[in-house]
Amino acid sequence: MKKTFKLIDLDCANCAAKMEDAIKKLPGVTDATVSFLTQKITIEADDVSAVMPAVVKCIRKVEPDCEVVLK
Amino acid sequence: MTKKQKKTLYRILLAAVLFIVLQLLRPEGPLGLVLYLVPYFVIGWDVLWKAVRNIKNGQVFDENFLMAIATVGALAMGEYAEAVGVMLFYQVGELFQSVAVSRSRQSISDLMDIRPDYANIERDGQLEQVDPEEVSVGDVIVVKPGERVPLDGTVAEGSSTLDTAALTGESIPRDVAEGEDVISGCVNLTGVLRVRVTKPFGESTVTKILDLVENSSSKKAKAENFITRFARYYTPSVVFAALALAFVPPLLGMGPVSMWLRRALVFLVVSCPCALVISIPLSFFGGIGGASRQGVLVKGGNYLEALAKAGIIVFDKTGTLTRGTFAVSEVSPVGMDWAQLLEIAALAEHWSGHPISRSIRDAAPAGLDAGRVADVQEVAGHGVKAVVDGREVLAGNAKLMASAGIRTPESAASGTTVHVAVDGTYAGYIAVADQVKEGAAQALKDLKEAGVRRTVMLTGDAPQAAQAVAERLGLDEVHAGLLPADKVDRVEELLGGKRPGEQLVFVGDGINDAPVLSRADIGVAMGALGSDAAIEAADIVLMHDDLTKLPVAVRIARKTLRIVHQNIVLALGIKFLVLALSAFGYANMWMAVFADVGVAVLAILNAGRMLNAK
Repeated sequence: MKKTFKLIDLDCANCAAKMEDAIKKLPGVTDATVSFLTQKITIEADDVSAVMPAVVKCIRKVEPDCEVVLK
Repeated sequence: MTKKQKKTLYRILLAAVLFIVLQLLRPEGPLGLVLYLVPYFVIGWDVLWKAVRNIKNGQVFDENFLMAIATVGALAMGEYAEAVGVMLFYQVGELFQSVAVSRSRQSISDLMDIRPDYANIERDGQLEQVDPEEVSVGDVIVVKPGERVPLDGTVAEGSSTLDTAALTGESIPRDVAEGEDVISGCVNLTGVLRVRVTKPFGESTVTKILDLVENSSSKKAKAENFITRFARYYTPSVVFAALALAFVPPLLGMGPVSMWLRRALVFLVVSCPCALVISIPLSFFGGIGGASRQGVLVKGGNYLEALAKAGIIVFDKTGTLTRGTFAVSEVSPVGMDWAQLLEIAALAEHWSGHPISRSIRDAAPAGLDAGRVADVQEVAGHGVKAVVDGREVLAGNAKLMASAGIRTPESAASGTTVHVAVDGTYAGYIAVADQVKEGAAQALKDLKEAGVRRTVMLTGDAPQAAQAVAERLGLDEVHAGLLPADKVDRVEELLGGKRPGEQLVFVGDGINDAPVLSRADIGVAMGALGSDAAIEAADIVLMHDDLTKLPVAVRIARKTLRIVHQNIVLALGIKFLVLALSAFGYANMWMAVFADVGVAVLAILNAGRMLNAK
């Protein structure tokens, strides 16, 4: 399953790359892309909603002000 | 500017005023430190705060930390003015960068602005605006002039002209009438249309296209991956180099620690890889955006990168280079005049559904009496036998003639030849050729000019017909008489003949050529507007049935790569230059900040050029 979420206040391109790296390594995540340009994160996982808390934690760790719009 | 950006701007202005006043007063000693700390905190508190917070989170080498160390270091060495100035300059650069990026992002999303906001639905005789997602298949929506068609459907009532430019890059509007299909994303120009919806919003063309373009940034080009990998090693190595620079030379007795410390601080400022990390994907994104404005959908940065290196382009013939509709190109009678020959052939072929027969009938005068034809017999793969006006007529290929013992002359005609015999006597032939698409010859010429080395045509047609088309279009190579499976083999062979670094592009109409599309380095499907299968199978999609968009796409791809390379060289070049200069004591912190944020801004502006690509 693949899902895309909007990110608010993703401020630096290097941070996006760091987040992507960290999220890719999470257990249960097949693939992830953080696009600084579209301000979006795409996550591929068997169960996206199950990994989301860990994903949000990863994002917060790199950029504490960045918010994920969970819809 | 966003709220956040405005806030930074005010802080910059306030700090700048304080800084200038202090520069005029030049307070010294402990009082000086206290006074300089005021603008320092005004401008830099968030950097310091983020640095502390990120260390706590285990993110050590980020730009906030580096700036914090560099400026605190400067303060510790009594360089108050420099600390404040560098922090100020850094924030100005960051603000610039943030504004430039959001500008570019905005202009790209403007390019993609084909998403309809609402659909008009008639309820109780009243028009009501609803979210396109709420409309279901079978509903009738009303599209007024000037509005965008929100969902795919069929015209139930009315006729109008549609502007498809946003989808196809084609500037000539398209006429639609009752019963015809309309595609979401087009703008209705003249009349009111009632459209019966055939696809839900999620499956409509406009949604598909937007998804494609937005997801394109997830397929990264090699250059992008290189940069992210590079950044991972670059920052730590520069930081360690800075440490070494600060302490090793003084230990070797090459001058005081303070001097080397100052040089090392410059290293820290230069060590952020931001300029590269932003500008490379931005260039690709801009290239993809620019291409889509021309009606060319590129599914990822990797494909754009590959397209720039296109060396061999392989075309499918029918539907790609030619229209797939046949027309009579030559009538060569023996012993009768050409009108007679055409009439007899048209009558003999009267009941045949074959495209070639149809083209002969189209060429003959209209209103021929079908009652003159009797005893029609189709010989599959060969032609027809019929009795016309009481005479036995054969119309078909050389094999049909041979089976009746009739000798045929070597025909020099291009295309498919239909031989005609009347009562066992050869009466001449009619040549039928596939029509070459408008712009195909120009497109091939432009591709050569854009640097494509070899152009190849693959077709299932007879060699003679294929050769004629190839000569007219100026193709380098033709492989004719191929079965669909043979096409894959040919492409494999051609792949083997690539030069290092070259890419092979296959262009087809997306129908029946999915295996070849996926086997080639890049598969291009053309005329794909409305054909979901082609959009799925291909890596690059020409939305409009216009081959001249292909050289445009190649040019955009090349320009993108050029800008990417320029940015890599510019950013790395300036950074290494400043590093080298500072190691020998020739660079100050101002230069370092320029090498960091200044270069990032330059690179972003350079990437912005992609938005106007043609």
